[in-house]
Amino acid sequence: MTGVSEQGHSLFRIAMRSLLSSKATTMALALMAIVVLLTLAAPLLSPWDIDSTDWDNVATSPSIETAHYFGTDDVGRDIFVRTLYGGRISLLVGLSATMVSLVIGVFWGAIAGYAGGRTDQLMMRFVDVMYAMPFMFFVILLMVFFGRNIFLIFVAVGAVNWLDMARIVRGQTLSMKHREFVEAARAGGVSNLNIIRRHIIPNLLGVVIVYVTLTIPQVILVESFLSFLGLGVQEPMTSWGALVNDGAALMESAPWTLFFPALFLAVTLFCFNFIGDGLRDALDPRDSAGES
Amino acid sequence: MTMPVATTAMPLLELKSLNVSFAGRDGITRAVKDLSYTLRTSETLGIVGESGSGKTQSVMSLMGLLPHNATVSGKAMLNGTDLLALSQSELNRVRGKDIAMVFQDPMTSLNPHLTVGAQMSLVARRHLGKPKRDALAECRLMLEAVRIPEVAKRMTQYPHELSGGMRQRVMIATALLCKPKLLIADEPTTALDVTVQAQILELMCELQTDFATAILLITHDMGVVAGTCDRVLVMSKGERVEENFVEPLFATPQHPYTRALLAAVPRLNEVNTELNQPTDTAQRLEARGLEVTYSIDSKRFLAAPHQLKALRGVDLNLIAGETLGVVGESGCGKSTLARAVLNLIPASAGDVLLMGESLQKLTAKQRRAMRSDMQIIFQDPLASLNPRMTIADILCEPLDTYHPNLSRAEKLRRASIMIEKVGLSPEQLTRYPHEFSGGQCQRIGIARALMFEPKLIVCDEPVSALDVSVQAKVVQLLIELQKELNLSLVFIAHDLAVVRQISHRVMVMYLGKVVELADRDEIYSSPRHPYTRALISAVPIPDPKLQQSLGFAAISGDLPSPLHPPAGCAFCTRCPLAEPRCANEEPPLRAVGRSMVACHLAD
Repeated sequence: MTGVSEQGHSLFRIAMRSLLSSKATTMALALMAIVVLLTLAAPLLSPWDIDSTDWDNVATSPSIETAHYFGTDDVGRDIFVRTLYGGRISLLVGLSATMVSLVIGVFWGAIAGYAGGRTDQLMMRFVDVMYAMPFMFFVILLMVFFGRNIFLIFVAVGAVNWLDMARIVRGQTLSMKHREFVEAARAGGVSNLNIIRRHIIPNLLGVVIVYVTLTIPQVILVESFLSFLGLGVQEPMTSWGALVNDGAALMESAPWTLFFPALFLAVTLFCFNFIGDGLRDALDPRDSAGES
Repeated sequence: MTMPVATTAMPLLELKSLNVSFAGRDGITRAVKDLSYTLRTSETLGIVGESGSGKTQSVMSLMGLLPHNATVSGKAMLNGTDLLALSQSELNRVRGKDIAMVFQDPMTSLNPHLTVGAQMSLVARRHLGKPKRDALAECRLMLEAVRIPEVAKRMTQYPHELSGGMRQRVMIATALLCKPKLLIADEPTTALDVTVQAQILELMCELQTDFATAILLITHDMGVVAGTCDRVLVMSKGERVEENFVEPLFATPQHPYTRALLAAVPRLNEVNTELNQPTDTAQRLEARGLEVTYSIDSKRFLAAPHQLKALRGVDLNLIAGETLGVVGESGCGKSTLARAVLNLIPASAGDVLLMGESLQKLTAKQRRAMRSDMQIIFQDPLASLNPRMTIADILCEPLDTYHPNLSRAEKLRRASIMIEKVGLSPEQLTRYPHEFSGGQCQRIGIARALMFEPKLIVCDEPVSALDVSVQAKVVQLLIELQKELNLSLVFIAHDLAVVRQISHRVMVMYLGKVVELADRDEIYSSPRHPYTRALISAVPIPDPKLQQSLGFAAISGDLPSPLHPPAGCAFCTRCPLAEPRCANEEPPLRAVGRSMVACHLAD
């Protein structure tokens, strides 16, 4: 959005300004940035590797001297490094599965809503059928056929999550398509595809962005759940969900193996929820309407 | 400034240097500046001003209904108590009992989940402390006082089942339930049709004498003020610019702002615009027997949908450089006509010809090519512009569609020329719609329509959302553009005075049919259909002397449901002249004098 000239106060800028004016949201954004930076800078911060085992320190508690800042697990792997690497996977799954659901869901919903009639009926009944499929059964089936693979998780989660997005977007499109600026575009001979692309989708983004920030934590939780069940990422790679699972087994002897991954997971979810709330308020048209 | 001399009686309401300001993102906005006025019992004070003049904020502060970011200072003495110093709970005892309020939109100010009887009786029980049965009886009496037919049935209905005029009557009845000393009416008739507006205003005047209530009437309409108020206060930018009794104010306005405001009001009886003289007699637009039917799902399970005939056979023609005005109450099919003519909604029968070519017979591709010849301007200027696009993008979109080969620079050059033509500056191209005022947005809407280089523009209530002074300018702009570009215009409006300023011919519609069609001077000087006469006489005239001699409400009642239009002449249910044959035979549109009229009795 850097192309916007000095004079234009785009809705995006207004939203950013009101987003940053809320303390809770600014805190959440800052915390989120710290978590992301930590996961990216993981190799620089610790001498340990994700799968290196330190036989001198097995299941030891956090300590600065040994450079095991978060302690080690029952085979001597460094929890600090594993938490940060696990964060990469969790965030990657969260973002990419959400993007998959975003792209499919927005287009599916917008087309169904704008076309209306029989097309709408067919597209939305397909969504209903997909809804009826039991999610866990679907994932287990995929795992059995194709083996455990991180990309399968993206596919599985994305394939289920776009359904919600499509429904939300369709509802919004229905209310949008009789707005006067859409009618003006129709009267101006703009093609249907361009109306959806230029007029409908940009105006849906407020709702969609908010939904996305609520979907990301949901997907991270689903991945954690799958990893907890042993269907998620494969060793030695790990994710927050997998770490929490491992930590839960050692809860009594080495509580730090549970505590730190769980802390990161909780903080991230917390941040996303706050950012989502803040965005919802910032993009609420009633707020900006009162301005003029 | 002449100040009306107050009589010795103590005023009911005395406002002393009221200030209202709002803390916003861009600092503090002063909405009301140092406002003082008095109001005596049984008096009506009109507060007039354009949007943003602070007229609503000044009374909202009396009711304690301002948002949290507002700060109020000053004094508002109602019978010796300062309203601004009261606590919430003290205010709750005053509100509804001593002061009552009627709002602009009766749909949103009634609770949609409660029946009329339930929400009215709540007020009676709260403030009069009556048991439920007495409260309901009180409500019934009051509904009769505001002349609602079939009161027993109305009590059990929900707000959405009533018409707009009925809802406003319910609001007034609720407000008067506790016999308040002061009634605040904030644009009480702005959302209503002229015929209904006349009925409501008449009712309010009568009730005032019955109940000895003082009324604060807030409005932007000088015509409404002229007919109802004793004194008038003109506000601009939060300040009082003039205050006087109604007759001298209209006869000899002192302040330039008042004079400008009065001059901008379109008058039915005088025309001050010079119209384009069409030279070319080629038909630009023709509609033959145009019908539009909507299907509405029945409430009953698996029942066949209802067929709502919004247009029931409309013929019209328009030559180059001519304007056809279309008037009628809401629900008469004006907007449907606009959209059917442009093929934005499919016609169920009949045909539309644009420059001799039938739109119905064209393929989708040919129709899209024809679209650049016919454009539309909408009622709500802001809603018709995509909030996420800059003005430059909005104006260039027509070129993207029809001249995709032009360079971006060339498109911007054309957009700059066009935006100057509608009276804005090219520097404003990089801005977004929400940064403009309503009038400016409407200019942008006009500029967008002109970017297509159209031959026909359908204007669907283009000025009804604008202030009068802005209205006049937009109408003048349209007239000038018509002269310059030889445009044909279909101008749809519910305001007959505005239609007279711009139209060559005027078409009156009622329940999806044309009831009268004539040249503008003909139709205003000798209206032949009883409905046309009723519409014209219901328009409030911004002149207190004329107004008092004319009297109000020529027709009573509301528009019948278009789902079940009356048999015979559609207007026979409200017609003061109706004869038995009107209910059986449908009158055809026939030539009477120099007009076309659909009435058995016209001669």
